[in-house]
Amino acid sequence: MATYLFRRLVQAVLILLGVSLVTFVLLYLLPADPARQIAGRTASAAQVASIRAQLGLDQPFFVQYGRYLASLVQGDLGRSYLQRSQVSDLIASRLPASLLLMVAAIACELLIGLTMGVAAAVRRGRASDHVLMVGSFVTVSAPQFVVGLLLLYVFAVKLGWFPIGGYGTASHLVLPALTLGILGAGWYSRMMRSSMVDVLRQDYIRTARAKGLRRWTILARHALPNAILPVIAMIGIDIGLFMSGIVVVESVFGWPGIGQLAWQAIQRVDLPIIMGVTLVSAVAIVLGNLLADLVAPFVDPRIKLQ
Amino acid sequence: MTSLLKRSVAALALSAAVLATPTIAAAQSGGSITVTYKDDIATLDPAIGYDWQNFSMIKAIFDGLMDYEPGTAKLRPGLAESYEISPDGKVFTFKLRDGVKFHNGRAMTAEDVKYSFERTVDPKTQSPGAGFLGSIEGFEAMQGGTATELSGVKIVDPKTVQVTLSRPDATFLSVMALNFSFIVPKEEVEKYGADFGRHPVGTGAFKLADWTLGQKLTLQKNPDYYREGAPKLDEINFEIGQEPVVSLLRVQNGEVDVPGDGIPPAKFREVMGNPDQAAHVVQGVQLHTGYITMNTKAAPFDNLKVRQAVNMAINKERIVQIINGRATPANQPLPPTMPGYVENFEGYKYDVEGAKKLLAEAGHPDGFETELFVANVDPQPRIAQAIQQDLAAVGIKASLQNLAQANVIAAGGSAEGAPMIWSGGMAWIADFPDPSNFYGPILGCSGAAEGGWNWAKYCNEELDKKAAEADAIVDPAKAAERAAAWGEVYKGVMADAPWVPVFNEKRYTMRSERMGGDDALYIDPVNTPMNYKYVETK
Amino acid sequence: MSVLAGPDATTIVPPSAPVGGEGVLRRLFRRKLAILGLVIIAAVVLSAVLAPEVAPFDPNEQFFDGLTLEGSPLPPSERFWLGTDLLGRDLLSRILFGARNSLIIGVVANGAALIIGTLVGVVAGYFRGLIGAVLMRFTDLMMAFPALLLAICLAAVLRPSLWIVALVIALVNWVQVARVVYSETRSLGEREFVAAEKTLGASSSRILFRHILPHLTSTVIVYGTLGISTTVLLEATLSFLGVGVQPPDASWGNIIFENQTYFQAAPWLVFFPGAAILLLALAFNLVGDGLRDALDPTEEGRH
Repeated sequence: MATYLFRRLVQAVLILLGVSLVTFVLLYLLPADPARQIAGRTASAAQVASIRAQLGLDQPFFVQYGRYLASLVQGDLGRSYLQRSQVSDLIASRLPASLLLMVAAIACELLIGLTMGVAAAVRRGRASDHVLMVGSFVTVSAPQFVVGLLLLYVFAVKLGWFPIGGYGTASHLVLPALTLGILGAGWYSRMMRSSMVDVLRQDYIRTARAKGLRRWTILARHALPNAILPVIAMIGIDIGLFMSGIVVVESVFGWPGIGQLAWQAIQRVDLPIIMGVTLVSAVAIVLGNLLADLVAPFVDPRIKLQ
Repeated sequence: MTSLLKRSVAALALSAAVLATPTIAAAQSGGSITVTYKDDIATLDPAIGYDWQNFSMIKAIFDGLMDYEPGTAKLRPGLAESYEISPDGKVFTFKLRDGVKFHNGRAMTAEDVKYSFERTVDPKTQSPGAGFLGSIEGFEAMQGGTATELSGVKIVDPKTVQVTLSRPDATFLSVMALNFSFIVPKEEVEKYGADFGRHPVGTGAFKLADWTLGQKLTLQKNPDYYREGAPKLDEINFEIGQEPVVSLLRVQNGEVDVPGDGIPPAKFREVMGNPDQAAHVVQGVQLHTGYITMNTKAAPFDNLKVRQAVNMAINKERIVQIINGRATPANQPLPPTMPGYVENFEGYKYDVEGAKKLLAEAGHPDGFETELFVANVDPQPRIAQAIQQDLAAVGIKASLQNLAQANVIAAGGSAEGAPMIWSGGMAWIADFPDPSNFYGPILGCSGAAEGGWNWAKYCNEELDKKAAEADAIVDPAKAAERAAAWGEVYKGVMADAPWVPVFNEKRYTMRSERMGGDDALYIDPVNTPMNYKYVETK
Repeated sequence: MSVLAGPDATTIVPPSAPVGGEGVLRRLFRRKLAILGLVIIAAVVLSAVLAPEVAPFDPNEQFFDGLTLEGSPLPPSERFWLGTDLLGRDLLSRILFGARNSLIIGVVANGAALIIGTLVGVVAGYFRGLIGAVLMRFTDLMMAFPALLLAICLAAVLRPSLWIVALVIALVNWVQVARVVYSETRSLGEREFVAAEKTLGASSSRILFRHILPHLTSTVIVYGTLGISTTVLLEATLSFLGVGVQPPDASWGNIIFENQTYFQAAPWLVFFPGAAILLLALAFNLVGDGLRDALDPTEEGRH
């Protein structure tokens, strides 16, 4: 276990290094000159050149990358070109909100998704199964922006149950988590249903049934643990998605997460922020997947860590 | 309840005084308002901030030597009590106001003025507005790193600063009212270093009370502000990160007083169609022109006839309709409210047949293929598609390059340039209300180099000379003459047709029921979305 | 807590492989829902192919009378069956033409992602060892990599085209499939029937194709069908950044994306393309479910 963990952590560092290198290459190739953007409309060529030199952008690629890594090792992600703040400050101020929303949304997804999935599997082929299936496809096919705005309009504006966006209290969290949760629940419920259906067909379930075990006992003790494996892998994936790609929900609800920071930086080619957010979300993704791999053997003891 | 009671008692007590000193009564009416923005507030450093969001906030925290009458484009002395201009228009002597204090309590002096100008020009500051101070003597030396001081800025005594220019510059007083020449205290800048933009300390009407990055920011009234009667509000809260559509819902719900990003296109008809809501909309003009650039240095747009044909091919009325009538069609680079705008200018009329004829004469009877670059923010891609259809009607097949703003700017500034760019979303909104501001970087030869903002790569040296002559008319008494000279410059530009001026955007701001003050403050030509210093609550 | 060990665990007969093609088809056709799905897919494909013939208007024509005087889009009417969009274009024609682009994204790009993901996941999960570790770490790397950034770089460097966006989507989406398939394969590989086959000296390819892959079909179908919706919507985001279908060309995703802020003022602009995406994804799901049941002869009590 310890050696496995150690090996995986070493691999994680290598992955991060790889991500940073590829991202750096892409940003390097991107035809948008940060020096010119900083210098503004009235700048002379000399001024642009001076800024380029100050930022080290006139250096060859590997010097630039080397410098970046050197400061990264010291925990310095550099300063945003356009906001001029430390990237680490900008990320740190948004990370808690992102993590909170991630946890809440995953809880929502699991709660709604697994319930729906198990219910559909148990009632397979009946009307309720079909209704749940259509429901899950609707949630996956609906644009998040619209779902978010609808929830906000109904529950915050019309009914006044929740604030119209913002951050701070538990009631602020409900609608954004639900918006994300509904979408994810579509995925989880389909996944859960299909793997549950497979498990329920297995001989040991039939055996258990033949032994006269109660239906719920069979479900909870025998079927669920076996069916949940692919779902765990999905949670690992979700962690990554939430750390990088939920800008829509964030902006509908005014949630100060990392997605908005990344989106603005991409639009304005603010390289240090893009690098910083990429690395932070890469850490989350790598850890999420590691976690999924570590948890799997506990759920299904046949699987061994290698 | 108690606070409400207190306030009304205070109001009663004050009502007696109202007649005698209206300004003081208004100043004490106070109140706190909420303004929203979608995008982050990048920095509050006056030498650096150059965004829609922060530009006016900086004007509330800092001051310059010059200032504007609220709600107008009329210059008035600011931190300078008075000024003198030498007859040749090259020496400006500013007498500083007494008793002006920075938020940290220290009195402002002539030293601070010199320091602030030099800080903006210093290449280490990386100011996007350094070029505005380019007419000050010694600018090149300092930018080039051969001097550490601006030789043109002299401290005569602690209350007097003398600025010598290397050339006469009629816009210099406007530049003195621009953020990049605002006065900052040296000790605070040195204390915070690169983070000064997050800990701004100025002389302005408001001071920064609280800032949670990416979430909210609070400005608090500066009780020691040098101008009586300002600011009127006690506090302004900025909330950041929400979609404009949602911000508008919050305005309608009474939670937000002013949506900083304006009324989003998707909600515009809804708001204007409802008399209750339309009553809260303030409408005004804006120093803005939306235009299409054509790369005059490359085929086929190096041919004047082609550029004229394009000018005649665009149905500007239709484009205005597409954006719900939030603009007026334009026929010249300057917006109508700008001095130098040529009344009765014919421009190029919408004429599909005429355009086809010109194209045929230019050797493109069947049109040609080209590219139109556009920023990917609604409604710009829609406008570009309307332009695309108009071009197709005369045989020009333009494919759209729908990109992030930074990429469009990069393409326009690259050495080879971009064939056509729709300027929307990146368009020129005047930094200060002066006709010269629409020329230099975007139509003059200097901007046509690689990395410049003159996306048409247009360079007419004769017009450059005329422009310089117009700017040498510094005597305020000759303002009309100068405006007329500028009008001639822009007529000359239109004869060469490097642009298609498409429309001048109107400005629509919404304010909540409780917001008071003159409408003009909400469509202030130099402040968006409003003049923070002078608006008030009812 | 071994839940698997029924008393007869070791004597389980390995589920046998799919039977011949004809049988599968016949069984598939016996399921009404699957046929319904096939009909819908056929209809979408047909309308995409025949769009120039069946569409009432040119999808890119901005009608002068397609907008109100104030510039608002028109709701569904006799002339414009599904209403007009913000530029006064006929929405029905745009949806019909957009079907081509969206089918390529939803079916081809998504299908490619599915195949790559399944292959990587199965190989990594079954063989483990060095191959497995390398493949899965590569998957992690790809997952951690910012797809939007890649898209923007490609957009800036290459000419935007549908195939680039398809490529980006395939590149981005296979990793998730790989992850899920990997974890399932790992567990399947330890099941008794695989162990039994191994002791009987079956080749790896036989085990993979006859025992592992059939058990993965349900997972793959879930991913593939839900993926249709998400990739069609993802294409819109990528187009927005300049990579994919560029205006004025339509895709279902970009119709939604362009108009989503207007969903209160002009709900038809979001509802109809959204319904089209939903219908396509559901149809594939019905066919997929039918296919799985038809492929799996061990299942009893079919309904």
